[in-house]
Amino acid sequence: MNSMNHDFLAADSLEGRPVNLSRRSFVGASLGALVLGVALPGSRALAQTAAAAAKAAPRVSAFLEIRADSSVLLRSPFIEGGQGIATAMAQIVGEELDADPASFTVECAPAGSDYRIMNGQRFTGGSRSVRSSYETMRRIGASARQMLLQAAANRLQVPVASLTTEPGRVRHAASNRTLDYGTLATDAAALPVPESVTLRDEKDFRWIGKPVARLDARDKSTGKAVYSIDMQVDGMLRAAVQHAPRLSLEPGAFANEAEVKAMPGVHSIHRLPGAVAVVADRWWRARRAVETLKVTWDEPVSSASRKMPADYSSEGRKAQLAAAPGPGVTAETVGDAAAALKGAAKTVTATYDAPYLAHGQLEPPSALARWNDDGTLDLWLPNQAPEMFQGLAAKAAGIPPEKVKIHSPVLGGFFGRHFIYETANPFPQAILLSKAVGRPVKLIWSREEEFLRDALRPMGLVRFRAGLDANGMPVAFDAEAVGEGPVGRWFGRKPDAADSSSVEGISGKPYAIPNRRVAHVVVDDPAIIGFWRSVGHSMNDFFYETFFDEVADAGKQDPFELRLRLLADKPRHKTLLEAVGELSGGWKRGPFTAPDGSKRARGVAMASPFGSEVATIAEVSLKSGAVAVHDVWVAIDPGRIVNPGIIEAQVNSAVALGLSSALLEEVVYAKGVPQARNFDGYPILPPDRMPRVHVRIVESGAPMGGIGEPGLPGVPPAVVNAVAALTGQRVRSLPLSKMKFGDT
Amino acid sequence: MQVIINGKTHQVDTEDDTPLLWVIRDELGMTGTKYGCGIAQCGACTVLVDGQPTRSCVTPVSSVAGQSITTIEAITEDAVGRHVVEAWVANQVPQCGYCQSGQVMAATALLKQNPKPSEQDIASAMINLCRCGTYNAIAAAVRQVAQG
Repeated sequence: MNSMNHDFLAADSLEGRPVNLSRRSFVGASLGALVLGVALPGSRALAQTAAAAAKAAPRVSAFLEIRADSSVLLRSPFIEGGQGIATAMAQIVGEELDADPASFTVECAPAGSDYRIMNGQRFTGGSRSVRSSYETMRRIGASARQMLLQAAANRLQVPVASLTTEPGRVRHAASNRTLDYGTLATDAAALPVPESVTLRDEKDFRWIGKPVARLDARDKSTGKAVYSIDMQVDGMLRAAVQHAPRLSLEPGAFANEAEVKAMPGVHSIHRLPGAVAVVADRWWRARRAVETLKVTWDEPVSSASRKMPADYSSEGRKAQLAAAPGPGVTAETVGDAAAALKGAAKTVTATYDAPYLAHGQLEPPSALARWNDDGTLDLWLPNQAPEMFQGLAAKAAGIPPEKVKIHSPVLGGFFGRHFIYETANPFPQAILLSKAVGRPVKLIWSREEEFLRDALRPMGLVRFRAGLDANGMPVAFDAEAVGEGPVGRWFGRKPDAADSSSVEGISGKPYAIPNRRVAHVVVDDPAIIGFWRSVGHSMNDFFYETFFDEVADAGKQDPFELRLRLLADKPRHKTLLEAVGELSGGWKRGPFTAPDGSKRARGVAMASPFGSEVATIAEVSLKSGAVAVHDVWVAIDPGRIVNPGIIEAQVNSAVALGLSSALLEEVVYAKGVPQARNFDGYPILPPDRMPRVHVRIVESGAPMGGIGEPGLPGVPPAVVNAVAALTGQRVRSLPLSKMKFGDT
Repeated sequence: MQVIINGKTHQVDTEDDTPLLWVIRDELGMTGTKYGCGIAQCGACTVLVDGQPTRSCVTPVSSVAGQSITTIEAITEDAVGRHVVEAWVANQVPQCGYCQSGQVMAATALLKQNPKPSEQDIASAMINLCRCGTYNAIAAAVRQVAQG
């Protein structure tokens, strides 16, 4: 998603000026509440659209609501799915509003122009939420505070300058009087939004930069958090689907329709594009019935836009990628790689690949659709981009977008799963089913149906060539990344440009190698591909950083020392590499014998994902022929930070997912169908394979980078480099579970 | 049949082999217990049946009729459960939170049966999956309860 923004969105605009929306009528806003929206920055047209939308659809509520008890409701543009964004938003707004983040309730705002604060766009992804909204959210908080101060000045008949705030209230020191924000909210709401506000000096921050407790920890520890799959409305029926086993087949004849109709609780049977559905009173009954239904699956009419070949296999895909000729579309050129390779004292070549991956978020996808008497449609569904879902839901429903109300409950994990991916989203099915039965319908995909239709991290393959001089220093580097990336798939491919999501992590590396060429060889993928935590970086940093160690070995150089040498002119990277070395107790590659007698080794990797810089070291041994990872050390430099506690948690999480992909994960296609249909066939990292994780945050003061994804890309290469140091075996294809190692 | 959940007896009219999970969620409307995989792989559906951690997604409701079932909704009615929840909050365990009902139930079952579990005991009991990778925080929270 990072690259998507570089390519498809202009630079961040941070000048969003809040506007007071309180005097319009907002459904759901409590009477007299102070309600602030934000005018869209820099673009009159967009701002007008926002205002028009607000008038036409008064349910478009605004960001901030201060209630009578001085508690704060924040309607966040971003969706909480574990990454801690709700808490971060409360910290940022609370800091300027002068309200304790603990007094905040944060919910995801509905679809609406007001929330398109990412330069006219809005989505939760690309590790962009905090960095794209930081200034805007601070201004919203500061504007609200200023209005509360003015309201207090009016009430007390004193100059504004004589007033101060403390968390949740205004104080008039001279008369020792205080007024709670809650008692001022109605008056403040009637005031104009200040033209300009002064933001708090960073050195006075009380909450930004501190490990403020997550707002959702207790609800999520007691089963009270409500996810899309938990939603219930009056009169609701429940639905389950059976998808065509191979994508693009369509339902034909039913062999046992009468039998299925007679099953307990069954309301009706439905044909949908690429699927059949049963609507019933209970989900289990719907599921059992739909899986009992015997369906003939027919080949699609030839006009089908995307067709999965009947003989498609991931093995065949890999061979196709390996055979696809270069040179591809250039992504990066420095010097003359071809000439330098010719003149090199030594060359190293290798081909790397990584498999399709499933998201495996623990909450199966669902959608609850309710058609209302006034022709509007309510949708509760997991999503990372309410307006995008609103637009497509409107098309599916055949009504204008403003008649679709999107509800975005917290996500039971996402990792990129909940963008729009054609056949990978249940909501169009729920809309059709609800319309057909004339009642609200909650559709849940079973885990098996989810594995059949998830949008996969694409398979990737890279052909590398490097040239070394007589001293073993790399002088030439050539890489061809083969395959298709999700940015090109979903946001349009530019004919003469590499897809950034195919080359990120291979291009733009900081090492001082004088001659470089990175290219993208495009080979269309028949599978539905998508964004998976850290996107192209999830495999490309593995490819690059592992090949880097091969080059170091060929030049008889220590891989840590070689990195340091090639980063001599990159102080930010060098500092970070030294930091992770120190964090791990000093770089040692091994093999060495650990106190428990096991033979171990360490590997190192660097990555530059999503505006942050990361250096990673992993320590491994072998147990019964499998790789065991004991410790992972991560030094991360996101420039500036909001919540170090959440950063540490996110790095732990990214290490777990990165390690899971390195050790275990692989979606295998055979005969056009993904073979694993549940976690028994697609194992994910279990608790007993989780390493200790040690995190050091380095605040370089660089522009703020991302947090949710950057901890991931360094893990697979650090682990695989450690395995090479331990065993002498270079692994060029993931996952490691395909390999059998002798115990060393 | 009669199903006893959190001390309350419910008359349930459904097929005998309906998984307990779907009785809890759809019949009784208690949604704290989660559906993750349906084949006892992930543990998001863990409830206690007579104190034993049980994966309700593969447990036919008729097999537990008359037994005492505890779900996450009643976790703070139990002294050990309360300690577990406090440790979960103190250690800031949840991220997306979807697996955490099951994790808290598994931890409560362990600590009720074995108030001072060893590291090995913890590893053997805490086997539910977490896609957010909160495993280190989970283990730290269980240790915190065990150490009082």
